[in-house]
Amino acid sequence: MMFRYGVAAVFMASAFALSPFVVSDPVLHVLVQIPLLLLSGGLVASRITISKDIAYVYLIIALVTLIYWMLPRSIDAALSSTWYDVAKFVSLPLLVGAPLALSWKHIHPVLRGFLKANAISMLGILAFLYIHAPIRICNSYLVTDQQNLGYGFFFVAIALSLYWSWPLIFGAPTQRPPQRTRSQHLSYEGTSSMSSHPAVD
Amino acid sequence: MTTRLIFPLLAALMGGGFLWQATDGLRAITAEEARRISVAENPRSVPETYLQAMDGAAIPLLPQKNETVLVEFIYTSCGDICQVAAFDFSEIRDQLALENADVRMISISFDPEQDTPEQLSYYGEAHNADGTLWTVARPVSLSEDQTLSDLLELFGVTVIANEWGGFEHNTAIHLIDENGQFSRVFDTDDVDQVVATVLESS
Repeated sequence: MMFRYGVAAVFMASAFALSPFVVSDPVLHVLVQIPLLLLSGGLVASRITISKDIAYVYLIIALVTLIYWMLPRSIDAALSSTWYDVAKFVSLPLLVGAPLALSWKHIHPVLRGFLKANAISMLGILAFLYIHAPIRICNSYLVTDQQNLGYGFFFVAIALSLYWSWPLIFGAPTQRPPQRTRSQHLSYEGTSSMSSHPAVD
Repeated sequence: MTTRLIFPLLAALMGGGFLWQATDGLRAITAEEARRISVAENPRSVPETYLQAMDGAAIPLLPQKNETVLVEFIYTSCGDICQVAAFDFSEIRDQLALENADVRMISISFDPEQDTPEQLSYYGEAHNADGTLWTVARPVSLSEDQTLSDLLELFGVTVIANEWGGFEHNTAIHLIDENGQFSRVFDTDDVDQVVATVLESS
């Protein structure tokens, strides 16, 4: 429990520490700092249980906020305005990472699969777009860095598809029987907010 | 049951509305598109500013009497995009000269340290900007670099250094109308549109 919060704090602090460097490097900004912020929110929330009734509301909040930060103009705004930068640090953990972790276990498995497939294909589209765009997508970054970000998206797409398809090919990790009686939701375990297969105690 | 339907529906509606706002009605996902929409819908007043032209003379940025001013931002040692933009600019100049349009065209350097009047005139010569309709200039008061950054901020131009000692910047043609309002942004190769807009207003 405390360990989780500790890791979340370290992630948050690392995201802060990266701030001076993300100005000139979109890969660091989009593929390191933003994921750190998402994970810090997800870690803090992952053991908290919410009612199933509002799970989909949380999911929608998370998706809308995530889409907002996928807009190139939002990334530009975070670099040129302190307010947008503050909004980024607050909204990515609290409105994306945390609600996603809270709602994930209540989401229908079919929808989970759909979201994962969508994440991979979206990363693929972004990779293609950023590598081949004839224009500068962000005013704050060089064209060569824009292409690097495209390759970054591509590698993340590959990595996620391997990670998510691993259990389908090689089976889920061996599950030991639970050592204590499960009291409904409270003893639900998940190694990370996004993992689809329950972890071992 | 109803809550499980209504609340997600409400959230989706509000989220959709938020994203609609955030993209200017799905019209702008990049900062450059957003800048163009913002300028067209809310023209910005250009304050009185003087520039130093390539012949050393001080020239006003603001339109005089009923003229229109076209502005592009450049640096003279630029190897690629400024050169292409300059070619388009000279094409616009040729067409507007034929029509006797009441217009001035200024290529403003955002690298005033390097771009002395001498450098500016080399650039002008290379692109046939002779100073009659089209001149090359730099922000005048070098001591207060505030002038340049104010100008870049007003026009929404972001300049960043690249790895070869040059710059990358959002290249465009900016129109200041006869009321001194910065009211339109065009792609540099949108020659016909620029010419038509200038002729319309003069």
